[in-house]
Amino acid sequence: MITISNLFKSYGRQKILKGIDLDFNKRGCITAILGPNGSGKTTLIKSILGMVLPEKGKILVDGKSIKGQCAYRSQIDYLPQIAQFPGNLHVQELINMIKDLREGQTSEARLIELFDLQPFLNKKLRTLSGGTKQKVNLTLALMYDSPIVILDEPTSGLDPIALTRLKALIREEKERGKFILLTTHIMSFVEEIADEIVFLLDGNIYFRGSKKELKTQFQEEQLEKAIANILLGEKKKNNIKVPFKAINGKHIRRQKPALKI
Amino acid sequence: MIKILKYSIYDLMRSRWTYVYFAFFLLFTFSLLLLSSDLSRVIISMMNVVLILCPLIATMFGVMYFYNSREFTELLLAQPIKRISIFWGQYLGLASSLSISLLLGIGIPFTFYGLFYSAEILDFLILLINGVALTFIFSGLAFFIALKNENRIRGFGLAIIAWLFFAVIYDGIFLLLLMFFREYPLEQFSLFATLLNPIDLSRILLLLKLDISALMGFSGAVFRQFLGTTLGMLVAGFVLMFWIGLPLWGIRSTALRKDF
Repeated sequence: MITISNLFKSYGRQKILKGIDLDFNKRGCITAILGPNGSGKTTLIKSILGMVLPEKGKILVDGKSIKGQCAYRSQIDYLPQIAQFPGNLHVQELINMIKDLREGQTSEARLIELFDLQPFLNKKLRTLSGGTKQKVNLTLALMYDSPIVILDEPTSGLDPIALTRLKALIREEKERGKFILLTTHIMSFVEEIADEIVFLLDGNIYFRGSKKELKTQFQEEQLEKAIANILLGEKKKNNIKVPFKAINGKHIRRQKPALKI
Repeated sequence: MIKILKYSIYDLMRSRWTYVYFAFFLLFTFSLLLLSSDLSRVIISMMNVVLILCPLIATMFGVMYFYNSREFTELLLAQPIKRISIFWGQYLGLASSLSISLLLGIGIPFTFYGLFYSAEILDFLILLINGVALTFIFSGLAFFIALKNENRIRGFGLAIIAWLFFAVIYDGIFLLLLMFFREYPLEQFSLFATLLNPIDLSRILLLLKLDISALMGFSGAVFRQFLGTTLGMLVAGFVLMFWIGLPLWGIRSTALRKDF
């Protein structure tokens, strides 16, 4: 489905991605991309969507290069990190607008019911609270039936009821054979929902494997502590050069870590 | 692009600022017409307002609209739509809604005062065309500047400086140069320098039509003297089109290379 090879990206002098190689080809799988702030999670996701243009490297979606293309995005549902919409439009108008811009079957009625958005449909978007905007954001992202779903911080601003429903929804989409890629800082959410973890550190893939493998490798019962251990460990050996590291049976190239927490 | 354009206009047509802009022109034109029912004089007065205000409002609206819709643009960029369609659609939406405010704001009072039965209808149309052209040029410039600058304050500052440069500073420098080098033949230089500023160019288009070039500074007189009415109109019109295209080309080349 998605193949990323030797992906490099920097903003000015700051190198964000330093030769990422990733391959996502499992349907019915939830992969969480984790990493500290500035590790390149959003840049990686935006590169897949063609919003960030890499300096080097290739991204293939369904075997085709995405460079200069836009049609492949109809295969991807994307939830951006910050939900901000044209303030003068009503919620229903916005939904209609996205439907108008993008072809395909939609299931917005189900999502409106799920997130209790009915009372807000005729309200202007600028009058909505942050949490309600995030629900609209989720509705827009998930109303299409695309095989790839990318969610950037899907839990932000959600109340416990909406969060529970979102988890159920994500699981349901997984059962339907979709590939779901998400980023979050909430480890309990990852623990509960993700099948696979990709840990980005300093622009490289530090770890890729299941939750169990991560816990075993870092000898921790809880995912949160295992992640904290990685970060603390890296901080200690900050200036030690470790060119290669064997993880999950694979050698993953890694350059000098320079971690800031 | 047409769909993005449609929704941008839809969004902006509900913005209170579009109505403030419309109401300003409406009240201002009505007041001028109340003071003097000579349509020709009112058109000359309106010219000065249009030449300064249209670029200023288009610049400010352009930058504000771009930055305000930044996150939504990201959502659109993730849809199967061409990048360039999104930006051109948004730009055209903004420029069109400002132009509609201008056309209605000035057009309604003039219609009430019997424009369609007067001889000044052509002058009035030239005024409107210039106002619309300046709106398109300066909202394009503002969009381009905002697209180039992630920092909002810097983007806003640069856009205002761009307006200030074309509306005030450019003419100042122009006149100073004419004064310093008055010993030399400056006709070709003046002509060329005038073409480089869209506000001056619009002024000349109006002046040539209104036949009051002697009243309106040196640049207008030079233009009239060298190009004559028909040819002058054609050249000025052509350069104005080029000025509309220039920011559009800038938006295109920047948008295609930019990370969001």
